Amino acid sequence: MSYTITINGKAETVDVEGDTPLLWVLRDVLDLKGSKFGCGMGLCGACTVHLNGRATRSCITPISTVGSAQVTTIEGLGESEMGRKLQEAWVAHDVPQCGYCQAGQLMSAASLLGNNPRPSDQDIDDGMSGNICRCCTYTRVRAAIKEAAGLPTADSREV
Amino acid sequence: MASQQVETGKSALAGEPESASRRAFLRVGAAAGGGLLIDFSIPGFALAAPKAAEREYTLNAYVQIAPNGTITIMAKNPEIGQGIKTALPQIIAEELDADWKDVQVEQAPVDARLYGAQFAGGSFSIPMNYDSLRQVGAAGRAFLIKAAAEKWHVPEEQCDTVPSKVRHTPTGRTLSYGALASSAGAIGAKEQAKQQAAMAAAMARFGRGGQAGPPGAGRGGPPGAARAGGPGPGRGARPGAGRGGPPGGGGPPGGGMFAAAAMPKYKLKDPKDFTVIGKPITGVDNPLIVTGKPLFGIDQSVPGMKYAVYERCPVFGGRAVSANLDEIKALPGIHDAFIVEGSQPWVPDGMQITLVPGVAIIGDTWWAANKALDKLAVQWDEGPGASQSTEKWNRTAADLAGKPPGKVIRKDGDYDKAVAGAAKVVEGSYQYPFIAHAYLEPLNATAHFKDGKVEMWVATQNPAAGQGNVAKTLGIPPSDVTVHVVRSGGGFGGRLGTWYMVEAAYLSKRTGLPIKLLNNRRQDIQHEYYRPAGYHYFKAGIDGQGKLVAFRDHFITFTQDGEKVSDSADLEPGAFPARFVPNLEFAQSMMLLNVPTGPLRAPGDNAIAYAFESFIDEIALAAGKDPLQYRIDLYAPARVLPNPPSPRRSFMKLPDFDTGRVIGVLELVRDMSGWGKRKLPPRTGMGVAFYYSHLGYVAEVIQATVAPEGTVRVDKVWAAVDCGPQIVNPSGAMNQVQGGIIDGLSAALGQQITIDHGRVQQTNFHEFNLLRMNQAPPVEVQFRRTEGVLVTGLGEPALPSAPPALCNAIYAATGKRVRKLPIDPAELVAT
Repeated sequence: MSYTITINGKAETVDVEGDTPLLWVLRDVLDLKGSKFGCGMGLCGACTVHLNGRATRSCITPISTVGSAQVTTIEGLGESEMGRKLQEAWVAHDVPQCGYCQAGQLMSAASLLGNNPRPSDQDIDDGMSGNICRCCTYTRVRAAIKEAAGLPTADSREV
Repeated sequence: MASQQVETGKSALAGEPESASRRAFLRVGAAAGGGLLIDFSIPGFALAAPKAAEREYTLNAYVQIAPNGTITIMAKNPEIGQGIKTALPQIIAEELDADWKDVQVEQAPVDARLYGAQFAGGSFSIPMNYDSLRQVGAAGRAFLIKAAAEKWHVPEEQCDTVPSKVRHTPTGRTLSYGALASSAGAIGAKEQAKQQAAMAAAMARFGRGGQAGPPGAGRGGPPGAARAGGPGPGRGARPGAGRGGPPGGGGPPGGGMFAAAAMPKYKLKDPKDFTVIGKPITGVDNPLIVTGKPLFGIDQSVPGMKYAVYERCPVFGGRAVSANLDEIKALPGIHDAFIVEGSQPWVPDGMQITLVPGVAIIGDTWWAANKALDKLAVQWDEGPGASQSTEKWNRTAADLAGKPPGKVIRKDGDYDKAVAGAAKVVEGSYQYPFIAHAYLEPLNATAHFKDGKVEMWVATQNPAAGQGNVAKTLGIPPSDVTVHVVRSGGGFGGRLGTWYMVEAAYLSKRTGLPIKLLNNRRQDIQHEYYRPAGYHYFKAGIDGQGKLVAFRDHFITFTQDGEKVSDSADLEPGAFPARFVPNLEFAQSMMLLNVPTGPLRAPGDNAIAYAFESFIDEIALAAGKDPLQYRIDLYAPARVLPNPPSPRRSFMKLPDFDTGRVIGVLELVRDMSGWGKRKLPPRTGMGVAFYYSHLGYVAEVIQATVAPEGTVRVDKVWAAVDCGPQIVNPSGAMNQVQGGIIDGLSAALGQQITIDHGRVQQTNFHEFNLLRMNQAPPVEVQFRRTEGVLVTGLGEPALPSAPPALCNAIYAATGKRVRKLPIDPAELVAT
């Protein structure tokens, strides 16, 4: 079946089964490999994209449900000022280890800052705990989010 | 503590993967070098031929310089998140005196003749390559100086370098490396010819087949390549772990003696003049990662490729008898489906698994193939493994504990007498589960078999072993297997295995199509090799002063063949407290296991440390002593001891063990954490642990709070790390230590693989828990420097101390000992 969706501001028409997850349309039909496959059940967040600015797990989002929503992927994150700031903070803080989860981490972080430009450590916990980093770079993810938000990067949870 | 600001660099993939042509060139260059190159295996001194028709000039196998000044440096080992693609080129750039801004980094092709052993394991990339890569950079610098001196008609002695330039010191004039690239490349070629001649002469003198063979022939061979299917660096992933064959020595792999004879030594910088080593340079791929570029194994594609899923028998070693293949083939988007017999017989040794029997589904898209699994019905012959279960092993271990052991693996003094005469006796048992690697990128491989040869794109820690196993399974020479190493979405020891490469190559050959094989998460968790479970039954005696005088461990572990301990399931005879207690016995009994086991980050240590360092805590408290000071007293006085005799020892010449470094990090972490001085609320406690792992000395203190309902919160971690005289990249080092510690906590708090009816019961991350942001504590790290010892890798050393430090903190908070991992909140409920 044919679906027309808007990805990073551009209309794309794809011919796939309606239950095909958005993740696999992005990766294998549209050749946007930035969104990652980790679990297929919405448990790890590696596939996170934005639907109308909200973090969404693309691995459990059937293409048939996307409709006219604006889809933003890691490839389009740098189009916004906040997205660029996050990307720069990620590089400056040398956040990635293997890097596989980081597209999803960045998309969740952008969604968090979109709703809450000055998040507390608790807000970061709440906003980011859906994204697993198997290498456990959480210390730097936290610092880089604060950096992008223009906040002091110290961890307020220090004992 | 906040992470540091870092310097940026760039990766060669920043634009398009035009690097393919360069790789191809290098391969051709290597081949053109002919037979002699095989013996001429000093990394960096084996030269690819100069690129006459191209714009860049090759100084050696690692360094190319373009006239515009761009310096391309090859990263020899696979990048799995340990930062090696940045750190190894930093070493070369330093001695080359390259300005890091001019450097771009490329993944090197897999070629033992040019690069020696190329694997990621055991935190060995840094200690094995530090000295030789400094020489690689220094050689390049020497050629550039020579080229400038010739141009200026001045003596070389009057020339030195400033970043990316040669300078004539008397006049101050300079020439850029770019301007010198062409003539320096020609000098490099001449040098190579000279060195090859010297090598040939040395060979003639000593005769062939002496102590030094070609790489792969013996001690210095690349991991697993020479012995396809044999033990690769999985075993070698620990210091000295290579039971079957060491995966490659320190600097020059193979031919060590002749190599040393023929190899000129180039002048190295004084470390105090370093401008690239020791700098926090951000990962070279970071700009590509944050913009979603296709870097990883899963991102690779080949025109016309189909997608495969491969369903293996739920019971290890089982095989498919029949399946509803016609029904599957009729599904939309399915190209083919068939049963694969696999390589028999089944060997449940993680490093040796090649082609597992199963059912392949080939789809036009991966989603179609994966969805077809819902309809797949297979009749399996489950084989003898189907009767095994975690519950049975738990019962058997408890039963074996009270019986005479199968074997005594170490005996010092007279344990029985000493424990009988002890003032106080302490007993404790500990057990830990199997765990999965759970790399976030599921195993996958892309293969294109064509005209009798196969080309592969794989995220792997162990490309040469994969090449060997693919060749063996397909019945083609290893030289007809080309493996392109791409970035791994995590490795943790799991990508030392090679079966997924074999499966993809086989499926491509069988279908005649380019194939991308990709596991779904269930398949990934249920079919790999696991960190082995284990059971320790300890007993110790202390004298009237609280001194440890007798120590015994009855270790219950696993065997797959009834003789050998399963991979990564052994206890080193030299494990602490051996040599620090006068009367000691390490006893061992084994249970039969059909589940594959293998190395996982800090193999052995990642579990042994929990058991031993928890029990040391029990002993200290029974003696009425402070657990941190008790450890210092056990290791005192500061002295250097020869490394303990160990079956793993043959892998690499290991440095001596320095108890002064142990005491140093324990004292440092005591001061950092305010040990013994903090006023803590109820049900909050601090615990300490020390472990020597993969050449690193790491002491950790953890503060944890246990809620009345038993849930554990890690409040803070302090870590003191001694990794030798030089940290190559402080940003990467800090990241590895913090990540390694949190990884250890993640395993202790949530992870276990259980077996029932021979099957893994867990399927995805709701059943196999990886720690998340809201559970990740602040981790404060300080590095302690020790001069005159090996520079140490940091992928592994920080992990082992974390679980016991946490469990000791939980004891301090609640008075309850964690006897079993993962930590069970139900056991910690306030009463």
